[in-house]
Amino acid sequence: MSLISRGFRGKRQSAETAGRLPPGQYETRDFPVLSAGPTPRTPLTAWDFTLRGADGRSARWTWDELVALPRQTITKDIHCVTKWSKFDTVWEGISIDTLLSESAAKGIEAAPYVLARCDGGYTTNLPLADVTGGKAWIAFMYDGKPLPPEHGGPARLLVPHLYFWKSAKWVRELALLESDVPGFWESLGYHNYGDPWREQRYAGDE
Amino acid sequence: MTSVGEAPKIAWRSATVIDVVQETSETRTLVLDVPGWPGHRAGQHVDVRLTAEDGYQAERSYSIASPPEESHLELTIERLDDGEVSPYLSDELRSGDKLELRGPIGGYFVWDVGTGGPLLLVGGGSGIVPLMAMLRHRDAALASADADTRNRLRVRLLYSSRRWDDVIYRDELASLADKDSTLQVTHTITRDAPAGWTGYRRRIDRTMLAEVAWPPAEEPRVFVCGPTPLVEAVANALVELGHPPALVKTERFGPTGGSV
Repeated sequence: MSLISRGFRGKRQSAETAGRLPPGQYETRDFPVLSAGPTPRTPLTAWDFTLRGADGRSARWTWDELVALPRQTITKDIHCVTKWSKFDTVWEGISIDTLLSESAAKGIEAAPYVLARCDGGYTTNLPLADVTGGKAWIAFMYDGKPLPPEHGGPARLLVPHLYFWKSAKWVRELALLESDVPGFWESLGYHNYGDPWREQRYAGDE
Repeated sequence: MTSVGEAPKIAWRSATVIDVVQETSETRTLVLDVPGWPGHRAGQHVDVRLTAEDGYQAERSYSIASPPEESHLELTIERLDDGEVSPYLSDELRSGDKLELRGPIGGYFVWDVGTGGPLLLVGGGSGIVPLMAMLRHRDAALASADADTRNRLRVRLLYSSRRWDDVIYRDELASLADKDSTLQVTHTITRDAPAGWTGYRRRIDRTMLAEVAWPPAEEPRVFVCGPTPLVEAVANALVELGHPPALVKTERFGPTGGSV
């Protein structure tokens, strides 16, 4: 039983909005920026993306090669652990399924976990099952325009069904791993999995 | 390293408001008694949860203003006119009321005297709050420190406010700096500087940082907190000036169009 806050009413949303908001979240129309350090800036000519197998073999795409892959337009609600949610965000990117099938053709085998590595040193960990089956993308367009650097451009991981810290900005590599390795926030008290619908914000949340 | 499922849940606690301090026209500090509070590090925050009579709940995060040495927990709240939680905390809540919170949260934007120095703090508006926790902690922890220790942990604070009357903790910052030659506080006022103001009167830019910040060769630990445009501008300028990105820790808040 929660403590009642005398005189608090709050801003009630429509039933439709309320139904789309995970527990403890509120809707914002803005697009807040949260990053732990300065925004890295890697020129596209020096940019590449690597998918690394658990055995060390890797597949690599230059910027031009990556954006030439079959792209998808994704419209999803996103949920930040700092409590804001934003509805119907529109992205364009390459499905992780596409990258995995391309790298499988090069002999890279699947493994149960992935660790995303980014410019600036940021990392985040996910089960492979959460980045496959049409659930995750390398996104490089937002709202019809190139993704701005402060929002993770040139490209970020997009995993909209988990809290948005899992959608790593400035992503450069996905490493397939046989065992789970906690990423940046996952090592600093945040939840290892981060399902917004179960309000898994911090380590210890069920 | 943290591993899966081992950490205890960060429990919701019942806090009692024991005092309210009006800091500026838009900000006030809630002084809270939190039984069982496990302690915190300067720079961490808490989640606050409000519950209406019909069970409707709203949660928000607030930086902790008080240092770990303080027995009470202090949160300084900026009133956002279109906010849901801050108007309640600013207008309605009074001494004796209870509030649910959990924490401390965040293990990156933190500093204590063991982290080392020198220290460069850059804040905009209510972004001063976690930086103030660091200054208060430093002051408490160094109360009987020798000159060498103080100098090793020397601090420069660059603080941007719209108006002189919007400067949060203005008198406390002045008195901390007055008694401590190893703390330098520099203000910039971006809108209406008071008559006779001789300090900076513009948004923080690279030139200002080059003048105020410790040189990169001194490898200061840098903490930047404020609205996104300020944090973006400051962090980018510091990197351009040669500060290693790994030493620049940032905390951004508020809508993308903030204007401090």
